Amino acid sequence: MRVTFRILRYDPERDANPHFESYPLELDDRAVVLDGLVQIKDFADSALTFRRSCRQAICGSCAMRVNDREHLTCSTQLSEVVRDGTVVVEPLANLPVIKDLAVDMEQFWRKYRAIMPFLIPDRAKPAPEKEYRMANKEARHLQQFGGCIQCGACYSSCPIAATDEEYLGPAALAKAYRFAGDPRDSARRERLKIVSDERGIWRCHTVFNCTEVCPKGVEPTYAIQQLKKLTIRRRFGLPV
Amino acid sequence: MLRHDVVIVGAGLAGLRAAVTLGDLPGVDVAIISKLHPLRSHSGAAEGGINAALTPDDRWEDHMYDTVKGSDYVSDQDAVEVMCREAPAEVYWLEHAGTLFNRADDGTLAIRNFGGAGRPRTAFVADITGHALLHTLYEQTVARGVKVYEEWFVTELVVENEQVKGLVALDVMTGELHQVAAKAVIMATGGYGRVYHGRTTNAWSSTGDGMAAAYRAGVPLADMEFVQFHPTTLKSNGVLLTEGNRGEGGYLLNSLGERFMSKYTPTKMELGPRDMVSRAEIIEINEGRGVDGCVLLDIRHLGEAKIMERLPGTRELSMHFAGVDPVYEPIPVRPGQHYAMGGVRTDLNGVTVVKGLYAAGECACVSVHGANRLGANSLLDTLIFGRRSAEHAYEYVKNVPPPEASESYLQREEDRTRAMLGREGTESIAQIRNEMGLEMADNMGVFRTPEQMQHAVSAIRELKERVKDAPVQDKGRIFNTDLTGALEIENMLELAEVISVGALARTESRGAHSRLDFPDRDDVNWLKHTLAFRGEGGPRLEYGPVTITRFQPEERKY
Ligand SMILES: Cc1cc2nc3c(=O)[nH]c(=O)nc-3n(C[C@H](O)[C@H](O)[C@H](O)COP(=O)(O)OP(=O)(O)OC[C@H]3O[C@@H](n4cnc5c(N)ncnc54)[C@H](O)[C@@H]3O)c2cc1C
Ligand code: FES
Repeated sequence: MRVTFRILRYDPERDANPHFESYPLELDDRAVVLDGLVQIKDFADSALTFRRSCRQAICGSCAMRVNDREHLTCSTQLSEVVRDGTVVVEPLANLPVIKDLAVDMEQFWRKYRAIMPFLIPDRAKPAPEKEYRMANKEARHLQQFGGCIQCGACYSSCPIAATDEEYLGPAALAKAYRFAGDPRDSARRERLKIVSDERGIWRCHTVFNCTEVCPKGVEPTYAIQQLKKLTIRRRFGLPV
Repeated sequence: MLRHDVVIVGAGLAGLRAAVTLGDLPGVDVAIISKLHPLRSHSGAAEGGINAALTPDDRWEDHMYDTVKGSDYVSDQDAVEVMCREAPAEVYWLEHAGTLFNRADDGTLAIRNFGGAGRPRTAFVADITGHALLHTLYEQTVARGVKVYEEWFVTELVVENEQVKGLVALDVMTGELHQVAAKAVIMATGGYGRVYHGRTTNAWSSTGDGMAAAYRAGVPLADMEFVQFHPTTLKSNGVLLTEGNRGEGGYLLNSLGERFMSKYTPTKMELGPRDMVSRAEIIEINEGRGVDGCVLLDIRHLGEAKIMERLPGTRELSMHFAGVDPVYEPIPVRPGQHYAMGGVRTDLNGVTVVKGLYAAGECACVSVHGANRLGANSLLDTLIFGRRSAEHAYEYVKNVPPPEASESYLQREEDRTRAMLGREGTESIAQIRNEMGLEMADNMGVFRTPEQMQHAVSAIRELKERVKDAPVQDKGRIFNTDLTGALEIENMLELAEVISVGALARTESRGAHSRLDFPDRDDVNWLKHTLAFRGEGGPRLEYGPVTITRFQPEERKY
């Protein structure tokens, strides 16, 4: 397949502003977007900068904007996204660019840390000698949210994150639900408190962008609605 | 100069388990340095599960026996014993820390079948077990507030008088090199799969940096000739489909539609150990019963519901990378490089010959896997020996004064990287990387002839020369991935040489090392570990004894 990659390039040591550069490539019909980037780096311009590692849609390194929508470049086939023989590749939005397609994710991780992203078992009760018993159905339901790879695609697509730097964002909120919904966790109240102020769940306008772009089927919008439900139950003194 | 008591290099499962352990111990200053954000580590790609004797009818002794037999008897049985004994408690620890394991009907952990095991003993999270464990462990380091230097690339260890004093690392974001002083360093840098670039299940980042750094610092690498080839990898990009596919009942078929494993491991069928299944596939393909250079993995009879509950990743990967939906069609697969049985030689506390230097996880050779690792034993290995290294390092640093090392190491690394940037010549790093991968795949693969191995040794030495004329084109400081790529290729060529030289020297077939000129195992001469030391003109090989406690070597049949 002949395809032209138009890439938003930016070298902070040389460029005042980002600018597009074009690379005509010849690629296999089944090639993914990342194959094109690798080919450019290997044979046209080895300064082209982007992150990639697993190349199997699990490490979360390679999310970018491809033809105006967030994708994992390692698992997105060119044939799915090419328009008029061209693919436009840009870094994720809502995060500062370091160089070319690599963004600084520190604010994303700050929000990840803010929701206490770890299980907090009840210290007053002794842990079981073996495993906590849990229904498989319940574990699989939570794993849908636990399956998030923290690639940042949702964060880039979110119109609220675009305008409010303090908004926790879809990934952190989905993570919060993963723990708030876990029967082994004892910190549900604290978590609901963290996510239910103005930087949290009530900011979400249910635009569903995050759910649409998520490459792993996490459905952050659904998680946010569940958190709202739990928060309301808590306000009304119902068991949560 | 930055200072910590213990610096852990790498934030995969081995490194994070070490960090959590030290995070729980009082009075020790610990930091992780990792070239990737921890959650990007390759451990996250592990699919099938983790072994432990959890069921009432299972015993750790049986797990140990299966592991020793799987290793073709060249594992150290004291280490295997420790791993298998401690496995159940480790899996329960992970469950308590939050991992959402699949469950049986009674709410206990579900268990699946895996290759080379006498009975089902693999706990799992669908087929994204590594992802689930990596996230759990990272969460636990966040809970403990462990300091992480993210996207710092360790270029060299600082070792004086056979004692570790710290390391030098490149902060990729700024392009600045730093010397970090440490009383103890735990290497947890993972495997070297990219030595087989183009033909490996491993990530771009699996470049064996830690093994190469330890080797340069005078630590021997053990058993590097034992390279695992996994039987079910995709042709297009080498991505793995988990052994769990066969554990759940999947078939391997040749072009005649036969379940050909009945000829090779009749009692275990598709669940033979990986070395034997990979050899069987190559024989089928070479004798004309392959399908376009592959055999077929068929899971259609498991049905869509089970595939979606237990093997959703297989479906996703097959559809993305092979254009095949395994609910309706069998998937073409072939053997691909997967795992390093060899690595930095350690004892069962991660201790190396250099004082204060530890290694754990895939970069280490304890040795629990010998000549062939059993599936689902590696995640276990990373956790058990990550923790044990940390515990040992904790005691060690109590009695060590803060290290005083000269800053000449920093100067040396600055000179080295400047020279790489200043190189002139027409060679290309990408080209050399591709050639190395092909050479190793073609000549250091499942079956090996002396001519092939000799070819690999010469070709790799030639590439080591050529890389000196391969300039780093990106001259910038900030986020220079061209420079890190150049550092990685030098590490990989070093390891490729050790693998090839070790293989040529070992005149027998054992586990994953299978020679056409010496088709049998030779316990009289070769029941020993290879120890490769860095010498002037290449590796200098010595050999060390194997620890045998409970199980005497027997013929390996399944
Ligand atoms: C696709 C796949 C599936 C697998 N499935 C299973 C399975 O089901 N069960 C099982 O038991 N095993 C499985 N394995 C094997 C197992 O996943 C690995 O052996 C194990 O996860 C390795 O963990 P580690 O912590 O040693 O290294 P890794 O997870 O590879 O981590 C290495 C770390 O070192 C860091 N690092 C590397 N070099 C440097 C440097 N120069 N400077 C600083 N940091 C550095 C990296 O950033 C990373 O954080 C699988 C492997 C693959 C490839
Ligand atoms: S490279 Fe890991 S998700 Fe794409």
